Amino acid sequence: MKYAFYPGCSLEASSAAYARSIEAVCRALGIELVEVDDWNCCGATEYHSLHRLTAAAVIARNLALVDQQLTQLVAPCAACFLNLKKVDHQMADEPAWADKVNAALAAGGLHYQPGRVKVRHLVEVLHSDVGKEGIQARVKKSLAGLKVAPYYGCQIVRPFKDWDNPEYPMKLDELMSWVGAEVVPYPTKAACCGGHMTQISEAQAYELLRRLLQSAVDAGADVILCMCPMCQLNLDAYQSAVNSYFGTNYRMPILFFTQVLGLAFGLSLKELGFGSEIVAALPVLRQKVPAVLAAAKS
Amino acid sequence: MSDGQVFEPKIIGFFCNWCSYRAADLAGIARIKQPPNVRVIRAMCSGRIDPVFVLKAFALGADGVMIAGCHPGDCHYIEQNYKTIRRYVMLKHTLRQLGIETERLKLVWASAAEGHILAEEIAKFVDQLKKLGPLNWRDNWRPDEAEAEAVEALAQEHAEALEVPA
Amino acid sequence: MAERIGVYVCHCGSNIAGTIDVEEVARWAGANLEDVVVAKDYKFMCSSSGQQMIEEDIKTHNLTRVVVAACSPQLHERTFRRACQNGGLNPYLFQMANIREHISWVTTDKAAATEKAKAIVAAAVRRVRHHKPLEPLPVQVNPRTLVVGGGIAGIQAALELADAGYPVILLEREPSIGGHMAQFDKTFPTLDCSACILTPKMSEAGQHPNIKLLTYSELEEVSGSIGHFKVKIRKRARFVREDRCTGCGICVEKCPTKVRDDAFEAGLGFRKGIYIPFAQAVPRIPVIDKEHCIYFTRGKCQICGKFCPTDAIDYDQKDEILEFEVGNIILATGWKMFDCTRIPQYGYGRLPNVFTALEFERMCNAAGPTGGKIVLRDGKTEPRRVAIIHCVGSRDINYNEYCSGICCMAALKFGHLVLEKTKAEVYSFYIDMRTNQKGYEEFYQRLLEEGMKFVRGKVAEVTNADRTEEEKGRLVVQVEDTLTGRQRRIPVDMVILMGALEPQEDAFELARKVGISCSTAGWFTERHPKLDPVATMTDGVFIAGCCQGPKDIPASVAQGAAAAARVAGLISRGTVWIEPIVASIDEEKCSGCRICNNLCPFNAIEFDPVKQVSRVIVALCKGCGTCIAACPAKAITGAHFADEQMMAELEGALWDASEEALAAIVGSKSQQELPVIGA
Repeated sequence: MKYAFYPGCSLEASSAAYARSIEAVCRALGIELVEVDDWNCCGATEYHSLHRLTAAAVIARNLALVDQQLTQLVAPCAACFLNLKKVDHQMADEPAWADKVNAALAAGGLHYQPGRVKVRHLVEVLHSDVGKEGIQARVKKSLAGLKVAPYYGCQIVRPFKDWDNPEYPMKLDELMSWVGAEVVPYPTKAACCGGHMTQISEAQAYELLRRLLQSAVDAGADVILCMCPMCQLNLDAYQSAVNSYFGTNYRMPILFFTQVLGLAFGLSLKELGFGSEIVAALPVLRQKVPAVLAAAKS
Repeated sequence: MSDGQVFEPKIIGFFCNWCSYRAADLAGIARIKQPPNVRVIRAMCSGRIDPVFVLKAFALGADGVMIAGCHPGDCHYIEQNYKTIRRYVMLKHTLRQLGIETERLKLVWASAAEGHILAEEIAKFVDQLKKLGPLNWRDNWRPDEAEAEAVEALAQEHAEALEVPA
Repeated sequence: MAERIGVYVCHCGSNIAGTIDVEEVARWAGANLEDVVVAKDYKFMCSSSGQQMIEEDIKTHNLTRVVVAACSPQLHERTFRRACQNGGLNPYLFQMANIREHISWVTTDKAAATEKAKAIVAAAVRRVRHHKPLEPLPVQVNPRTLVVGGGIAGIQAALELADAGYPVILLEREPSIGGHMAQFDKTFPTLDCSACILTPKMSEAGQHPNIKLLTYSELEEVSGSIGHFKVKIRKRARFVREDRCTGCGICVEKCPTKVRDDAFEAGLGFRKGIYIPFAQAVPRIPVIDKEHCIYFTRGKCQICGKFCPTDAIDYDQKDEILEFEVGNIILATGWKMFDCTRIPQYGYGRLPNVFTALEFERMCNAAGPTGGKIVLRDGKTEPRRVAIIHCVGSRDINYNEYCSGICCMAALKFGHLVLEKTKAEVYSFYIDMRTNQKGYEEFYQRLLEEGMKFVRGKVAEVTNADRTEEEKGRLVVQVEDTLTGRQRRIPVDMVILMGALEPQEDAFELARKVGISCSTAGWFTERHPKLDPVATMTDGVFIAGCCQGPKDIPASVAQGAAAAARVAGLISRGTVWIEPIVASIDEEKCSGCRICNNLCPFNAIEFDPVKQVSRVIVALCKGCGTCIAACPAKAITGAHFADEQMMAELEGALWDASEEALAAIVGSKSQQELPVIGA
């Protein structure tokens, strides 16, 4: 299986652990990711409210750069995934808009035919393309005993509802259950993590984070699994700030789903980028799935 | 065409009484807008459509013919639309021999509940015929590779036409 | 001799005239089409004055053929045929041009619509010249009627016919008749007890000498047509002999197996491995649930057989196929409830205290699993606050666009029951309140006075993720209150989902079996939405109750009675006349090749070995015309769909496409303002 790959800026910096674990997991599953040559930032969430055409052109440039031999583009970050998919759809829906965007791209000698590239999130690829049998065939150590709370956030399932239920998504739940983890029902799994609100209004952002953490605690989760660098960063890095703001005492490990999936595949902690998380995760894992962890260290 | 007007294909629709004609009625009741190019002729069953009717329609100047019937398995007369499938395959073959683009003949299944599907199919067919342009019988008939291939494929097509679809 | 054709173009108010220039179409037809001697446009052709116009013109202008350009022939072909007959013309010398459903309602460009209407009228005129006078075929009506579905609509239909003295087969796939109404506690808006008004009807149906009750049975196959349908019914094995069982219930009492009852108790209660679905069941004959019975699953037990005092248990009973001939069929197959797990954000199946409306009906019922107590899933805690969410799966483009019609009233009924039986507060979350039948609005006002709280807004989610102390441990309904424009979070203990009414799972399959059509959703299609709501496009097949669309009990009963009245009318007439659209073979032309013999799925073509020709058996021919199209000798012809009729129709429809077609439609008429082909 071969896909074009758009890592996005976060994977180069704050979520290097995501980048490493993606690479390791995909290698283990025989998925070849071909990084888009000379890709640029997707503009995140803000650019669209400043200048629509520039924002669209910045994103479409990446689509235009996708290797002509490949038709599927994997984006592991929620914001990148949504931006790329949104621009592709908007260009397909409004030919006049597509012409404008392409006029902008033409300045750089590029052109993008809407619909040529199908933008997909990594979870979707693992769930649908690799599938249950493919995943389970690779499992070395079952994660039985570990209670995970899959966290989807808002951008991956909305507004496009073509690959999972936008209100109560299940694809990551299923994926994790295939490797033996106990998935807890978790009412806020598609709620917002606050995004960049931490920079604008602490009170709002912390309340959103508190809800997620409390909900996972109530559900009995040992660990929250993220599929977006921003969500992971917010929940992990601001957890102590939330604690001091509300006087709470959350100690919820926040990991990327690929890191935990990789443990089931018997990959090493180093390969999976463990060690950079802020809330300690290893003690919990050692307690819940000691055999898995022992195998991962060697 | 000389006055620069857009080409509006004239299409004959042979619709069966039980499913597709009612689907067209339903599209009307639901006010599903569609291009006005299809002129509908009702038959009790798509199995009534004599291949000669289709050829006659082209001879009289139709640019396209759409045959519509009940979905396979849903025929009001149990299985007669399977015979339509066979005749459709034969007809395609005959059209090719005559030098008529086979895309000018279309077979559509629409149940009485599928007004929207029928309307969509009509819109698609009209688009397709607009791209093909008017039926230009004589000019289309010229010996070329496609024709040679068609002759080559004769035996195979005969065999296929006689197969009963599952 | 030349024909004298009258052409009438209908305005249908503005339905046609708003898009098609009807005056122009009539004028054009009169001026250009061969043999047309009268061409008129008129406001409403189907009105009595429109019909009268045809009748008078036939006499004054000696018309020999009539064409009406109006709506679909499915709607008014009969009307105009009758007008022709009244005018002294054979009704089959008439042709209808469908310029409403196929043109004016689906076309935006007026000029294009008018041009298309001309072609369709030309086709009809051209065709009608070749029509032949035909006589409809008489069919004797078997007085026995099959009613499919033993809910309130089916019971009503069966009783009406049986009381009129006609035999009825009442078919029900569950072990007892009664349908959904038997599950309910109270009925809105009068709050009379559902069982109290239904059970007398059930037992009447069960004991009526004219009703043959077949429960736990399903319709397998239907053939034939009005007057003489042949039906095959699968009577599933109950493993209890009906001729011996007295309904004493000892077997049920002694059965050691307990199974969750997902049918009658909506999953809220239990039944035994051998069971009678509910106390007032008709017939009172138990059924062994083969999937859960210990004997059938493990090969040992047979306790019911040992205790049965009349030796009625028969473990070897097999499904039976019964065959009957019936004159008419009434479908009253009802509805099923929307699967509420399809809206995961409402939490059904995940959050224990979210209930469906059917579960709540059972909970309120004094004979139900909680003995009529309104309690949470734990079986004991009374809720302090109850939320009722309307339109769950209705009025929602993601699920069903239609309004289920009855849920607002059922929600009010639930509100009343909660207020009556508990100290709880009740919140209703609605989009619009729909209380538009007799006594319904008054009931709404009553609930407003009783203190039920109403929030207008579609609920976003039901969650257990609390944010405040008050919300802790409860369910929270998140909703935008569209009257105040605010987001609200309302903590509650119990949520009731008013799930949509949906067509039965097998509605399409059943429709196909009996040869009628369904809406896209799966509701059976009536012959006319206003004027013929219980008949279908297939003669002899009628529909009643919710299988036609969501409706309340009074409407279901009315439809059941209406369908019965229609059937009784046909039976008392004794003979019905059916379309003479059949094939016939010209023996002179038949070469005896027998190609047609195998094409007919009804075995309506036989071969005469002496004369070496094929022959059509008229009584079996359904008129599809497949044999006509296949005959290499052109020896077969179809009444009313003959080759020359179809070919003529083609010429008319393509009058503006070629010189040949143009010449055909104009004939001897002088050419006026006709286009130059090929310009």
